Amino acid sequence: MVSAFIGLVWWLIDNTVANLARQNVATGFGFLDNNTGFDINQKLIAYDETSSYLRLLLVGLLNTAIVSVLGILLATVIGFMVGLARLSDNWLVSKLAFIYVEIFRNLPLLIQILFWYVLLIELLPHPKKSFSLWEVFFLNNRGLYLPWFTTLPGGGYLLWVLGLFGAGWFYVAHKARKMRELTGHNKAYARNYILIGVICLGGYLSLWGVPFEADLPALKGFNFRGGLSFTPEFVALLVALSLYTASFIAEIVRAGVLSVSKGQFEAAKALGLPTSVSMNKVIIPQAMRVIIPPLTSQYLNLTKNSSLAAAIAYPELVSVFAGTALNQTGQAVEIIFITMSIYLFLSLLTSFLMNTYNARVALVEK
Amino acid sequence: MNFLKWPTIEFSKAGLLFTIVTFLLFPALSNVMPAKAEGTLELIKKRNVLTCGVTQGLPGFSAPDDKGRWHGIDADFCRAVAVAVLGDADAIKFVPLSAKVRFTALQSGEIDLLARNTTWTMHRDTALGIQFIGANYYDGQGFIVKKDIGVTSVRELDGASICANAGTTTELNVADYFRSNGMEYDISSFEKSEEAVAAYDAGRCDAYTTDQSGLYAQRQRLVDPDAHIVLNEVISKEPLSPAVRQGDDVWADIVRWVHYAMLNAEELGVNSQNIDSMKASPNPSIRRLLGVEGSFGESLGLDNDWATRVILKVGNYGESFDRNLGAGSELKIERGLNALWTQGGLQFAPPIR
Ligand SMILES: N[C@@H](CCC(=O)N[C@@H](CS)C(=O)NCC(=O)O)C(=O)O
Repeated sequence: MVSAFIGLVWWLIDNTVANLARQNVATGFGFLDNNTGFDINQKLIAYDETSSYLRLLLVGLLNTAIVSVLGILLATVIGFMVGLARLSDNWLVSKLAFIYVEIFRNLPLLIQILFWYVLLIELLPHPKKSFSLWEVFFLNNRGLYLPWFTTLPGGGYLLWVLGLFGAGWFYVAHKARKMRELTGHNKAYARNYILIGVICLGGYLSLWGVPFEADLPALKGFNFRGGLSFTPEFVALLVALSLYTASFIAEIVRAGVLSVSKGQFEAAKALGLPTSVSMNKVIIPQAMRVIIPPLTSQYLNLTKNSSLAAAIAYPELVSVFAGTALNQTGQAVEIIFITMSIYLFLSLLTSFLMNTYNARVALVEK
Repeated sequence: MNFLKWPTIEFSKAGLLFTIVTFLLFPALSNVMPAKAEGTLELIKKRNVLTCGVTQGLPGFSAPDDKGRWHGIDADFCRAVAVAVLGDADAIKFVPLSAKVRFTALQSGEIDLLARNTTWTMHRDTALGIQFIGANYYDGQGFIVKKDIGVTSVRELDGASICANAGTTTELNVADYFRSNGMEYDISSFEKSEEAVAAYDAGRCDAYTTDQSGLYAQRQRLVDPDAHIVLNEVISKEPLSPAVRQGDDVWADIVRWVHYAMLNAEELGVNSQNIDSMKASPNPSIRRLLGVEGSFGESLGLDNDWATRVILKVGNYGESFDRNLGAGSELKIERGLNALWTQGGLQFAPPIR
C-alpha cells in the first residue's frame, strides 16, 4: 500500500518533469539564486532589484507574517470588546455592537480592503502638505512616518543584549513568584535584576557612548525619507483584516459566554463579585474552552485572507512570490509548491500554538 | 505530537492525511497537461471556438464595450485568426487575463492564443514554454506625470513614487533604469492596471509607467486627462507580440501567417472595401494572397480563402490600426515605428509565395 503510493507519487513527479521539459519550460529550484530584477514597496529586511528570488521569498513571507500577527492581535482585542458589548445590558452599546458585526461580517473583504485603501490615498494630503506633529511625525498619502533610530557600530550587539535581558526578566519574575508561593517571603529578585541591568547599561554607555543615532523623517524631493514608515497599503490591509475578522470573533465570544451556564453568573453575583471581576475571573476562563477552536479558524482565515492584498499592491507572499515571481520566472510548479508548503506550515504552527494554549486553559477534571 | 490528537483541532487525522496527499500530488496533478497527441488546430476545430487571452480592458488593444463586445488591435487579431481557422470571426471566447497570470494560462492550455500587449523578450521566449509570432505593435516604456509637478524628463524623477503593473517588463525596466542612473524610487505594483491608474490618480504615486501606447489609453481614464502629461522619452523597447504554446509548429505557423497576411494586404493595397474587385487583379502577389492562384491556405492546413476572409471581416493591418489606435480612434496614435517598411516603419512581412 505504502509502496504503491510512493510509486504513484514518483510516477506523477516523473511525468511532470518530462512534460515540462517537452514544453521547454524551465524546471528546478536553481532560479531561487537568480536576481529578481524588480523592487517592491515594503521590505522588513534588506532587499532590492539585485537580490535573489530566495530573498524575495523571505521578504514576502515576513510581510505576510507581520500583517497577520498584528491583524490577529488587533482582531482579538476588537472582537472581544465587541462580543462583550453585544451582551451588555446597555441597549445602545449592544445595538452598536450588533450593527458593527452585521456591517463588517457581511461586506466582502476585498471591498473593505479597497475601501480603506481608497480612503487613505484620497483623503490624506500630498507629501508637500503632510499633516505633521512636532515636525517629527508625518502623515500623508504615501504613508505614516515616525522617528526611528539607526545603529552605530556596537549598536546591534547592544540590542541583542537588551533583548536577552528582557527575556531573562520573565525567568526572574517566574522564579520570584515560585519563591513567594513556596516560602511566603518576598525576595528582591526582580529589583536586583533591574538594578544590575541599569548599572551595566549605564557603565556601557558612559564608556562607549550611545551607539544609536536618531533617524528622523524628512521631505527630500518627492517623498519623505528616513524614519520608520508604514505604507498606506499596509495600513489599509491591516485595518480591513482586523475589522473584518473581529466581527466573526465577536460572535464567537458571544456564543462562548452564552455557553457558560447561568448558574455561574449567579454564583459569582452571590459571592458579591463586581460584574467586571466575575466576567474576567469566572465567566471568560470557562468560555475560552468554547471560544478557542473557532478562534483558531479565524486566525487561519486572517492569514490566508491577507493574500487579497494583491489588489492594493501590498507585497505579501502570494502576490509577490506566487504572483510576480511566478510570472517573471514561469516556474509555476516549484513556486506554488513552495508557497503551499509555507501556508501549510503556518497553519500547522497556528493550530499547534492554539492547541497548546487550549491545553493550558482546559478544565482539569478532578 | 499530542497536538494532532486534540479533538478541537482543525485537522482530523483523515483530514490531515488528505491535505498532505493532495499537497504532495499537487505539482503533478496541476500538470496533467492538455493532450499532446492532438494538435491545437484540431482541438479548436472540434470545439469550434478559439480561446483568446486578452487584457482586462486596455482601450486600443483589447477592451469590451457596453455591450460586452471586445475591440482593439489585439481583439481584432483574435478575430482574424478565428475567421481564418473557423470561418467565423465571432467563434471566440475572450479570456481576460492579468499580466501576472497570462503565461500560466497559455502554458496550461486554458487559451489557444495570447494577444495581450505582451512584450517579446528572450527569457519569455526561451524559458516559459511559449513562442512569439511577431510584433503587431512596436512600443517603448514611457511615464505619465501630473503637469503641475513640473517634471519634463524621466531623469528628474529621482526619489519619486511610481505606480506600475505587477508581472510585467515594466517593473523590470524601471529597476534597471533607476539603478543604472543612480536614482532612488519606490514602486507600487498592482495586479490590474485599473487599480494602478486609480492609485496614481489619487496621488499615491508621482508617476505611472507602462508601455507608451498604454499610457495614452489609460490617460482617458483619469479624472482630468488634461492635467497630465506623457513624457517624451521611452526607456526600453517593447515589441508587443501575440504568442502561442511552444511545441505546436503547425499552429504557430497559422497564427504567424494570419499576421503576415494582414501586413501583406496593406502593402498590396488590399482592404475590406476593395477586396472583391481585387480578386480580379492581375498582380500575382495579390492573386496568391487571395487564393486565386496557388494553394497557400491548404499548405497551412486551412483552405485557400483563409486570407480573403480575414481581410473581409477584419481588414488589413492598417485598417485595424486606424480603427483601434490611429486616426479613426480616440487615441490618435501615429503609425511611427508601426508604419510599413515601405513607409519608413518597422512592419515587414515575408512574401506570400
Ligand atoms: N508589455 C508589458 C506590459 C503589459 C501590460 O500588462 N500592461 C498593462 C498596462 S498598459 C495592461 O495591459 N493592463 C491591462 C490589464 O490590467 O489587464 C509586458 O508584456 O510585460
